[in-house]
Amino acid sequence: MTDLAQQGSRDMTMAHPKSRYQSAEFSARLRARYAAEQRFRAYGIAAVSLAAVMLVILLGSIVSKGYTAFWQNEIRLTVTLDPAELDPQGTRDPKVLAQGNYMKLIRDALAARFPEVTGRNERRQLADILSNGAPFTLQKMVMADPSLVGKTVPVWFQASDDVDQLEKGYIDRSLPEVQRRVNDLQIKALDSLRQDGSLHAGFNTTLFTAGDSREPEQAGIWGAIVGSFLTLVVTMGLSVPIGIAAAVYMEEFAPKNRWTDLIEVNINNLAAVPSIIYGLLGLAVFLNFFGMPRSAPVVGGVVLALMTLPVIIIAARVALKAVPPSIREAALGIGASPLQTVMHHVLPLAMPGILTGTIIGMARALGETAPLLMIGMIAFIVDIPNSFTSSATVLPVQIFMWSDSPERAFTERTSAAIMVLLGFLIVMNGLAVYLRKKFERRW
Amino acid sequence: MNTRTLALAATAALALTAAVTGTANAQSRDQIRAVGSSTVFPFTTAVAEAFGKGGQFKTPVVESTGTGGGLKLFCAGVGPAHPDIANASRRIKKSEVDQCAANGVTQITELVIGFDGIAIASAKGAKHADFTREQIWKALAKEVPVGGKMVPNPYKKWSDIDPSLPNKEIEVLGPPPTSGTRDAFAELVMEPGCHKVKDVAAVVTDEKARAKVCMSVREDGAYVEAGENDNLIVQKLTANPDAYGIFGYSYIEQNMDKLQAAKVDGVAPTYEDVSAGKYPVSRSLYVYVKNAHVGTIPGIREFVGEYTSERAMGEDGYLADKGLIALPKAQRDAARAAAMNLTPLSL
Repeated sequence: MTDLAQQGSRDMTMAHPKSRYQSAEFSARLRARYAAEQRFRAYGIAAVSLAAVMLVILLGSIVSKGYTAFWQNEIRLTVTLDPAELDPQGTRDPKVLAQGNYMKLIRDALAARFPEVTGRNERRQLADILSNGAPFTLQKMVMADPSLVGKTVPVWFQASDDVDQLEKGYIDRSLPEVQRRVNDLQIKALDSLRQDGSLHAGFNTTLFTAGDSREPEQAGIWGAIVGSFLTLVVTMGLSVPIGIAAAVYMEEFAPKNRWTDLIEVNINNLAAVPSIIYGLLGLAVFLNFFGMPRSAPVVGGVVLALMTLPVIIIAARVALKAVPPSIREAALGIGASPLQTVMHHVLPLAMPGILTGTIIGMARALGETAPLLMIGMIAFIVDIPNSFTSSATVLPVQIFMWSDSPERAFTERTSAAIMVLLGFLIVMNGLAVYLRKKFERRW
Repeated sequence: MNTRTLALAATAALALTAAVTGTANAQSRDQIRAVGSSTVFPFTTAVAEAFGKGGQFKTPVVESTGTGGGLKLFCAGVGPAHPDIANASRRIKKSEVDQCAANGVTQITELVIGFDGIAIASAKGAKHADFTREQIWKALAKEVPVGGKMVPNPYKKWSDIDPSLPNKEIEVLGPPPTSGTRDAFAELVMEPGCHKVKDVAAVVTDEKARAKVCMSVREDGAYVEAGENDNLIVQKLTANPDAYGIFGYSYIEQNMDKLQAAKVDGVAPTYEDVSAGKYPVSRSLYVYVKNAHVGTIPGIREFVGEYTSERAMGEDGYLADKGLIALPKAQRDAARAAAMNLTPLSL
């Protein structure tokens, strides 16, 4: 553009060698116009770089806080699976094995590993280096393979969140003992464990496989991911067919009169309504009137579907409008019915645009928390949801709840969960861009 | 995409909604639901998790709705659509009990589960200071009595109030008025602090007006409403050593390498002193149980049994690890007895 303009002005100077185009006023005006353009470009570059810097700061702070959450320190102990504690009758009945005193086996293993630690209180402090989920780890192992009973096996246990934070360098060892959440006895034990390779940091699978927990080392986002998935399935199942049908009718079939104008204004308005309003609506209509269950993905999905519906309708109408009238006329001209015209020609051509709008709407629904507040999806839920009516929470809500937890180890997990959510959003938006690039047609 | 698929998809979606609505109405619940205070939330969730790990029952669902909102839901009626348990960071009010009774919730069991201390703290390394409640009121009140009449708070620095206090700007980060912690702070610090300032009673004679004057917090920037997120206040304090923050005891315990708590009226918020009732800014935390649901919703009796067990709410229990301050032995036994017998509350 600007090259052309420069070219043009140069040509003109050539064409009029001794005209007013070489006067001092002319040169001054030309310089001023160039300067204005340069300034405008500089503003543009400044705006873009400011945005980029902000983004880098945001992502940088999230990643630098959160990357450590992807691994978790573990401690290896040699545990004797004493049959007297687990299965005195020798039946290997799962019910009996489930009731075994696994905590005692772990305490015994610790006592054997650190014979120098005596005294009830010291022993208890020593046991605190392990996660309080350790007995369950052992229980699961034995239940999965009952033949282990009676053997002495090395087992990796999760370290407690405080030990994990110490190992990751978030707790300063040089502080006086009373200001540390890990005391000298525990640090000595940890150093001894590290020396014989019984303390290592492994990939934090719990983060991706477990539901929520009040113990940071046992907490995971799988429950929230499943909840988000179930919710989005409902949202998509409702908003996509209804949204496309509404858009097709409005664009292709509806007469243009005052009623359709009114509907159009309303749809545009609804797209801008704050999302919390939809939550209030969900509470009043779906919970109180229809008596649907609280905290259920189906209600969350319906509420979010109402929220994304206007977005999809608007995107679909824009995409339908972009299909040239000549296509419709050609179809009608060779004898297709209006319905055939729309279904066979217009809608398929508009599909890439509709899909892009839908995916962007879904991405927005994935990141939404406010409407879910009202319908009880901001809750502590440990069990992984397994149906559309079981209690569930979603990923952004999980982030919100972790950020408010007092335990320090939740800080890094909050950032890690944000990274996962951002990952999903990037994938969805990337998919939208890809589909548009692949199927888009220009006329 | 042809007509039939589209129509099919739409019908399926509608059928799904209808089906779910239908089943939901008839459905009974096999999972305990608790609602209420965000202060009690960390404790009830910890109990819920331990209870769920027992394997006999599903893990209860705990919602953080705030004390008032929680009791409103709790009192809305009897039946699976309504929660079984309400967490509260204050005692249930007479009006709420009446509301409950009007909706058929007549039998409620009250359990006191422990204490929560509210601490005033600054970043480690900042100049340490201890306060009396009178000084805190003078620093944070909207209007203070000067020369026989109430004037907008003129104190800019702590040393303006008392020369022994540090010579730095008054800047206190605390929770917004919607928070239960703020209510408790007003009741436990502002009100008693105000009553100790003799001029207030002399200047404002009307009792109602005085209560209002006592509770009003200044809005000129010295008190900063830092949001409900206490972690945020902790972060802001470490960035600004001149500021003080107001938050729950569990955050002090988790951040003892970063924060130092101020003494209030000469007592520091240590576990022992809060537990013994010596620290003035502490409150009891409550759990309310709907007796009508015991027997219909499985596991309620066992859940309150777990809550009041020594391994949960005892001095060495896992709730103490989460920052709950244990009740004295006699009160713990009383709570346990109430949980066992489900003694209905009478106000």
